[in-house]
Amino acid sequence: MLSRPDFHALIKENRVHSSLYYDERVFQEELENIWYKTWVYVGHVSEVPKKNDYVTKAIGPTPILMVHDRHGNISLLQNKCPHRGNQLCAYQKGNRTSFTCPYHAWTFANSGELVGLAFPDGYEGVDKSEFSLGKVPRIAIYRGLVFGSFAKEGPSLEEHLGDAKRALDQMLDNSPEGELELTAGFLQHRTKANWKFVLENETDGYHPGSVHGSIFQVASSPVPALYKPESLALTRDYGNGHTEFDLRPQWRHVGKPMYWFNTTAEKLPLYTEAMKKAYGEQRSQEIMIDGSPHIMIFPNLFIAEIQMFVIQPVSVNETIQHVTALQFKGAPDFNRRLRQQTMGSVGPAGFLLADDTEMYERNHRGALINNPEWIVLTRGEKRETRDEDGHRIGHSTDEVTQRGIWRHYLKLMTEQA
Amino acid sequence: MIDENEIDPSIAEPVALSPEQELMLRRIEQFLYYEARLQDLHAYDAWESLWTDDAIYWIPANGENPDPETQMSYVYDNRSRIGVRIKQLKTGKRHTQTPRSQLARIISNIEFIAQNGDEFEVRANAFIYEDSLRGETTWAARNEYRLRLVDNKLKLVRKKVVLVNNNKPIYTLSFLV
Repeated sequence: MLSRPDFHALIKENRVHSSLYYDERVFQEELENIWYKTWVYVGHVSEVPKKNDYVTKAIGPTPILMVHDRHGNISLLQNKCPHRGNQLCAYQKGNRTSFTCPYHAWTFANSGELVGLAFPDGYEGVDKSEFSLGKVPRIAIYRGLVFGSFAKEGPSLEEHLGDAKRALDQMLDNSPEGELELTAGFLQHRTKANWKFVLENETDGYHPGSVHGSIFQVASSPVPALYKPESLALTRDYGNGHTEFDLRPQWRHVGKPMYWFNTTAEKLPLYTEAMKKAYGEQRSQEIMIDGSPHIMIFPNLFIAEIQMFVIQPVSVNETIQHVTALQFKGAPDFNRRLRQQTMGSVGPAGFLLADDTEMYERNHRGALINNPEWIVLTRGEKRETRDEDGHRIGHSTDEVTQRGIWRHYLKLMTEQA
Repeated sequence: MIDENEIDPSIAEPVALSPEQELMLRRIEQFLYYEARLQDLHAYDAWESLWTDDAIYWIPANGENPDPETQMSYVYDNRSRIGVRIKQLKTGKRHTQTPRSQLARIISNIEFIAQNGDEFEVRANAFIYEDSLRGETTWAARNEYRLRLVDNKLKLVRKKVVLVNNNKPIYTLSFLV
């Protein structure tokens, strides 16, 4: 039996040990203490709009069937026949009231109960209720966002989200109806790198100037200014591993609706009108100035203003980024542009994410080099302050966020349940 | 197949070609091999000049024929965005292509599908070997082209690249495919 890594020795306040990214034992501990324990984002209710719709999702390496079941509830089922363990469903999505295992034809309701056995005469007296599909024990839905937790007990989703919930509300305010509808399908971008390189980069404001210099140079946008020394944007550590760039100070300084999206209210007349109708003149202006947030909900849900990323670790050295365009209910003209811009930016061929992902892979190869052993997270340490709610904040390029992620990580890896 | 309710595409039989079309097919083959060579050798400007002003360069995701106006694609570029893609590659700071992927591709199964005046619908398969810092990757695609004769030269009007595994997680695809 392998010994347990000493996480206190590997994680310091402003530096972490490289082995955290490549040690197989660390990955197994993460599965146990993070992925199969805390709240993990699974999917959105709009991906299964009709009764009996299902999609294949995942919690870490484990596939999960997210089902709008026959009773009208969202169920998170494990894709494994309880008889001999065969993979139950081989498709990524569909609509069906039941799942039949191809191996021995056991049939399950889409809410998980065993409803039919082939040749039942060999199973006299068997209680079918003992052979339901595995379920994610806890499921919680925040404004359409479906989270699951493999821990039967623990903090509620609201407790887990804490004040980071405000950023999700900020995102949803961009819809005249206050709702998302994820209808554009996901790109799946595979990378040979540990998932924490992805997690940490999502709120790393120090890299855009160098990693994305090529696209900043050839396409004009208000984004590059966010990550320059004179930027008013902030990094924030919400606690519980949730981190963000608060871009609002910069957008409010400019004070123009839709500037954050590199456009004007006039160029989106239908959207502007719908927002006014929904929120009133004053509030709609504020929402359209503030824009959509840049928030990383630990461990796997990343809202990058106009996109949703879902981070999925597959193994210690392989990660999948699932990404789609945010689509705001009641905003067709805006949604079209959100899709176009997302397609340009993200995924395997994206102007931005192809380069981020190149960095993840170089990061991972770098971690394997044994000297120096430590990764440095000191940027902005001396100028870190607190906001009015007591959350740590810093300049947009400071490593407030990475320090926050690791502080929470250490807690998860060392607290005994 | 991603969706168990998806319908299989119908399979059309090969068309009978006129003698002129037989000759045009030879020109089309030469053109597709030339395009492949420009891509393999990262000849960005020459490749960009193959496109017409109304061009569409499309790499769909999640199936053979999703609606690119409503569904996410890996690439769905109009002419202007093709230009941005090339400009970015030419900055020398497109890190995923610095150093560049080392490439060789096979274009085969070239089929003449239809002619509409000066335009030709063509299909081909592509098999691409890529070596990059990450390692070796192979790519397989069924390509569909609309080519147009402009001043007696073939141009790309539309290119659709259907990666056979486009519903699965794929590695970074930052060279010209």
